[in-house]
Amino acid sequence: MRARVFRNPWLPYVLVAPQVLITLVFFFWPAFESLRLSLFRVSPFGDRQVFTGADNFTRLFTSADYLQSIQVSFVFALGVTFLTLASSLALAVLASQKIRGRGVYRSAMLWTYGIAPPVSGIIWLFIFHPSYGLVPYLLSTVTAYELNWLLEGRIAMLLVILAATWARLGYGVAFYLAGLQSIPDSVLEAASVDGAGPVRRFWAITFPLLSPVTFFLFIIMMVFAFFETFGIIHAVTQGGPGNATTIMVYKVYLDGFVNLRLGLSAAESVVLMTMVIVLTMLQFRYTQRKVFY
Amino acid sequence: MSIEWSAEATLTRPRVGAARRRRAWGRLAIHALLVLAVLALGFPLYYAFVISTQTIAEATASPPRVLPGSHFWTNYTEVWHRIHMGRLLLNSLIIALTVSVGKIAVSMLSAFAIVYFRFRGREVVFWMIFVTLMLPVPVRIISTYKVISDLGWINTYAGLTIPLIASATATFLFRQFFLTVPDELSDAAQIDGAGPMRFFWSILLPISWANIAALFVVMFIYGWNQYLWPLMITSSEDMRVVVTGIAAFVPTGTQLPEWNLVMAAAVMALLPPIAVVVAMQRWFVKGLTEPEK
Repeated sequence: MRARVFRNPWLPYVLVAPQVLITLVFFFWPAFESLRLSLFRVSPFGDRQVFTGADNFTRLFTSADYLQSIQVSFVFALGVTFLTLASSLALAVLASQKIRGRGVYRSAMLWTYGIAPPVSGIIWLFIFHPSYGLVPYLLSTVTAYELNWLLEGRIAMLLVILAATWARLGYGVAFYLAGLQSIPDSVLEAASVDGAGPVRRFWAITFPLLSPVTFFLFIIMMVFAFFETFGIIHAVTQGGPGNATTIMVYKVYLDGFVNLRLGLSAAESVVLMTMVIVLTMLQFRYTQRKVFY
Repeated sequence: MSIEWSAEATLTRPRVGAARRRRAWGRLAIHALLVLAVLALGFPLYYAFVISTQTIAEATASPPRVLPGSHFWTNYTEVWHRIHMGRLLLNSLIIALTVSVGKIAVSMLSAFAIVYFRFRGREVVFWMIFVTLMLPVPVRIISTYKVISDLGWINTYAGLTIPLIASATATFLFRQFFLTVPDELSDAAQIDGAGPMRFFWSILLPISWANIAALFVVMFIYGWNQYLWPLMITSSEDMRVVVTGIAAFVPTGTQLPEWNLVMAAAVMALLPPIAVVVAMQRWFVKGLTEPEK
């Protein structure tokens, strides 16, 4: 047990120094500053600060805009999460069937991991473009319905959900493929001998055995949708139309960077911090896996 | 004996034949579904490519044209010069490489210190690194921006990369891996009179290559796909990355709708990270799914 230990009074400190320094300067100090600023009213350029206690938080939770952005965030996050989990599970189950060329099929799915979410957003924006897009065109020829995400918040939401999902499918497929590999063939064969068909085998055996992977992916996708999708919103909808896609992270940016309401924006950061702490705790409580950003 | 055998044969043969036919149809159905799924996943990229080879008139025609045009070369060279694509791609590459190599180096050293040394504050360091999981960039964005501007790092590669280099995920991955390395190795190194750094370079590093490759893919994509951070930290055109560069290139209201050029830019922004995922697919899947072991 002790055998692996090297003895050196200063070397370990040198080894951890870069990581600790970055962590202190760029993680802890800013987080502490956000916590502090959230209790102040700050003038637009930060030169005057007045302590106001929980005032920023009271203002947030009584503001219709903020409550709407919470709702928008959850609709968006749950939409992305369910769509990604359901489609990547379906894709992984198909690609893990014992057939020829499944390696090729897998590669043809996993590549989507490389898609930058904002670039995905721009491509989907064109597909949904009210004047030139394929989807509005097809819809208007078939149903005479004029699809316009610029006018309709729900369509804009659908557009950003699809863009985020497309960019994240490769990730989900990779995890489900790994999960499926760890299910022993003998279990499925035994069920097969007992007369269970493929659908029954899936719901009675495969799906329950995959539940740890599903839970893990659920948390990861929620974290992704809440914290890593700023680019999609910024590049595609700018939070519009009429705040219909203003997710909480985008609102932090709007209030802090565009409107220069620093105290309020800091309070919004603190709310988000609390959310990510809850999600991370849930994940560590129920799985042994680590978070990936 | 022979009668029994032939009776059994006549009884079972038709059934086997039917089952085999059923399975053949089943396999064909799976192939069909897989091909459909793969085409659906690839369609947005194909569509972006098709549009990127058309003239403006073709790209904005109704009905939309879904076959390649003749302007591939014209459009791509036009975009290359217009938004300084070479510079954008170079910036993205520098950032992705610095972030991925930096994250791996910094977290490997910390994990080495945590596993192979007993030093005062070891627990504190470990928890500090753990807590960074709960502080993703968006939740501390305004204050981190302030730190960077106080350091005078706006529009610098240092500002773009160093704050992204701490990584709890990578540190945990290496920690887990080092814990599985037999004690005999470090024991033997100590008996041979090798110091800790000699052990690190000659033994630990060579046996970590698989983990390094796996992390590299994941971290490279993370670095390449950054959006919010470069958007805030850069104001000069020269320091933009490709993902923010093309978002700024999307036509708005009054501009000429050069969607063919935007799609050409999107394709150029997407291909490098996708190429990395495809080329290093084996490692990418390992990098995502192994750490929990």
